[in-house]
Parts: sequence; C-alpha cells; structure tokens
Amino acid sequence: MKELLILGAGTSGTMMANHLRKTLPKKEWNLTIVDQEETHYYQPGFLFLPFDLYKSKDVKKKIDKFIPKGVNLINAKIERIDKDNDIVWLKNDTSLKYDILIIATGTNIAPQEIEGMLGDHWYQSVFDFYTFEGARNLRNKLRQWEGGKLVVHISEMPIKCPVAPLEFAFLADSYFINKGMRDKVEITYVTPMSGAFTKPKATEALDYLLKQKNIKVVPDFNIERVDAEHKKIIDYGGEEVSYDLLVTVPTNMGDAMIERSGFGDELNFVPTDKATLQSKVKNNIFAIGDATNIPASKAGSVAHFEAEILTDNIMRYIAGKALKKEYDGHANCFIETGHGKALLIDFNYNQEPVKGTFPFPGIGPLSLLKETHMNHMGKLAFRWIYWNMLIKGKHIPFVSAKMDTAGKELEESN
Amino acid sequence: MVVEKIYGEVCVTCNEQGYLTDLNQWTKDIGLEIAKEEGIEMTDKHWEVIDYLRDQCKKQVPLSIRKIGKSGVVSIKEFYQLFPKGPLKISSRIAGIPKPVSCI
Repeated sequence: MKELLILGAGTSGTMMANHLRKTLPKKEWNLTIVDQEETHYYQPGFLFLPFDLYKSKDVKKKIDKFIPKGVNLINAKIERIDKDNDIVWLKNDTSLKYDILIIATGTNIAPQEIEGMLGDHWYQSVFDFYTFEGARNLRNKLRQWEGGKLVVHISEMPIKCPVAPLEFAFLADSYFINKGMRDKVEITYVTPMSGAFTKPKATEALDYLLKQKNIKVVPDFNIERVDAEHKKIIDYGGEEVSYDLLVTVPTNMGDAMIERSGFGDELNFVPTDKATLQSKVKNNIFAIGDATNIPASKAGSVAHFEAEILTDNIMRYIAGKALKKEYDGHANCFIETGHGKALLIDFNYNQEPVKGTFPFPGIGPLSLLKETHMNHMGKLAFRWIYWNMLIKGKHIPFVSAKMDTAGKELEESN
Repeated sequence: MVVEKIYGEVCVTCNEQGYLTDLNQWTKDIGLEIAKEEGIEMTDKHWEVIDYLRDQCKKQVPLSIRKIGKSGVVSIKEFYQLFPKGPLKISSRIAGIPKPVSCI
C-alpha cells in the first residue's frame, strides 16, 4: 500500500481528503489526515460573531464529521516534516511515512510579532477577530462598550481574507447605528496598504463606501508597536493613531512546524509553484490554501478552486505525467457592507475585480463590485454551501476553478 | 499604460506611477535622478539597500518590509529613516524594479 498524508483538517485539508478518497484507488492508497483540533470552525463566521449576527454554535462543528469514510483521522500535534526521509514526526514521537504529502496547515495570527500587542490589555482594549476566542471576547466587549475611538487595523500583509477588516468596519458602522450610538463612535481604518484595497477599481468602489459611512482611512501605516498604556499605535515613520478600542489583524504566519522542518519563507509559508501547487521543497510535497506563499488571496474560495486543480495534479503526479499549470489565482469574495447589503468580487492573478454579473453573464443574479441585497443573501447562503458542499469537495454549479471573463466589464486595464 | 521619460540624456519607459518597466534600462545615474524626484539624498547605505533590492528582484524573490528587516542589510527602523513614508515603494522606484504588490 502507498501512503498519502494530509497535514491539517481545516478547509483545504478536509476538501482534499474528500476529493482524493473519491479519486485514489482504495486498494492501492491509504489516506491519512492529521490535525491537532477537534473542532472545525466556519471561519467566515468569525466576522459576524462580534456583532451578535451569528451565535457560537453557527461556526463550530466536530472535525470528524467532514472526514469521509476510508480516511484515517489522527488527532495530534505535528512536530516536523523530515522531507529527506519522507516522514512526518508527531509530537507524541510517533512517525508517519508517506509517498505523497499535502501541507494544508493554514495560517494563524501572531500578535507576539508586534511589540506591545500582547499583555494585560489583550482582550480588554485590544482584540483580534480571526480566532474563535478573539471574536467571542470582542462580542462581549461590544455588548457593553459605550463608545469612543474604534480603530480597525491591519498589521502587515498578507493576511487571511484580506477584505475581512474592511467588512468589520462596515458592519461596525451598521451595528452602532442600530444601537442608536453611531454618534458616540469614531471609526478609523488603518492599513499598511496605500488604500482600501490593492487594486484600483475595487479601491474606488470601497473608498466611496468608506466615505459614505464616515469611516476615516489612514493608509501606508506600518505598525512598529502598540503603546497600550497611552492607547495608541505607532508606525515606523513615527505616525500615531489613538484608540479606545483596537480591533487588529495581527501578523499572519504559517504553522511553526514549517519552520521546524527547515523550510518556509520569513512568515513560515511554504514555497509553492503558483500554477501547479507543487511545493518547491520536494516533488512529492504539495501545498494548498493559506499555507502556501503563492500571490493569491488567503481565502476559502481560493482553497476550493485550488483543490480541484491539485486533485488533478496529484493524479497526474502518480501517473508520471506532467502537471497542469492551471491555477490562475481565481478568488471570489463577498464583502459585507452592512445594512443587509454586500458586494461581490471575482478576480485572479492578472484580472483585477471589475463590475459585471455573476455567475451568469448579463443575468446575475449576483452583481460584481456593486452593493446589493442579493449579494448579502449570497453571503448568508454561503454558510450552508460551506458545510454541505464546499468542504465535502462537491463542485459548486456554474462556478469554474479558472476565472470566467464573460459577464465582466473588462476595459483597457487587462 | 506605459510612458516614456527622460533622465539625463537617457530615455526610459515607466508605468503611470513612474516605475521603470524594464529592469535593464536602469543605471545608477537614473536611480540618482529618481531619488531627486523623491527628495532623497543618496548615501552609501541607500545604495546598499538599492543593490539588495535589485539583486532580490533578479532572483524573483517577492519583497516585503519584513523581509528587508531580516535581510541583514538594514533594520526596518533604519529603512524608514533612509526612505521616509513608504520605504519599500520609494526604494523600489529608485532601484528601477516594479512596485511591490502586497498580496490581496
């Protein structure tokens, strides 16, 4: 028997287990997946939890519920990968031999990377919403907060779900209006990027919304430290922003296991071919989702599109065929804008988000880069799609892994 | 959109944000002219950073402020002192390499 080993049973790893158990011959291949958690979190829900729009139970399910029959799930911490001997060592000193390895260990927040971010003030006046604990603690804080300066902040790029902090700012505006206290809250959006988004057309649309919602933007802010005593963040250029409540996205890093294994970049992301998803570490090691260093969004939609292509490429690798250079950076994200509306963006490595209709050209029903109620319904429906289709490796109808240009208003910018 | 620009007596092509579109058109004199536009007086330390950036770019290594801070060439703090405001954007322009993209 041959061994295929998947590290991480989050969105990417679970999808790969589901895809591969269907495609790999059971008589020839054992399939094993390792994760230290017992809970599978619906991470997009962390955005809604602080505003009491979702409850804790909406975002948590047992991890084994989504691992198909015929896949061996091991609940353990991973020590390191010994790539030269094709072995993964677990913390409990057991070892797992593999023929093919898929790294799907994702990314996590690393608040310890920013001076002064952690301390007694963590989860008192400084919060993240990228973890279940962070989102829940922030919810409890917001329930009793009486107002003041709310600063929504990104520490450094890349981060998981790059639009989430913007959505947080939009939803905060909506939340405080509904509570009748918007006049008591000043919302500031602080980013290391030059604008709300890195691509011009989306920035234009989002800047308009930020202005409309009276959210101040501080761009080009690279944080050096948090001065919790005086409640301010300070950037390397000496610029300061004061807060009463800081909601930050700390530095995002890949798993420390990657560093212990002796590869990974300065943020512990796995060097990966951006078109084939084969790692640059060794031919029999592949990587998917947030764990890679490819220049695509760290997002569930990206993992979903990658999974279809990676499944093909693993089968090709086993058959000794050339890998398909097919992944084009396709990402598809809803952007919640508050008051029951959302935007939708669909883009890839080369094509920036533009206006148009999705998924049916000229029809929709979803509108690209335009604030509509229908898009918001799409975002809410996505939770059902996630639990019932996405992580089970089912194809989402009418949405292909490679980005479709039909229905998009493409101009000279291509 | 690509525009032509003249630095000294040399004509180079730039994008609309003033970044050279061809790494090979760059010379130290052109870098010096761009630095003037950015209001930066170049020292040996500045050039050391520029050399590092060009070298990394040729090796197709994606650049970030964190990466430069760990390079051993300058600390992040020094990098900000050398190229105030947006150090990576400004230094990349002087180095004649593309504007670094932060991943989205």
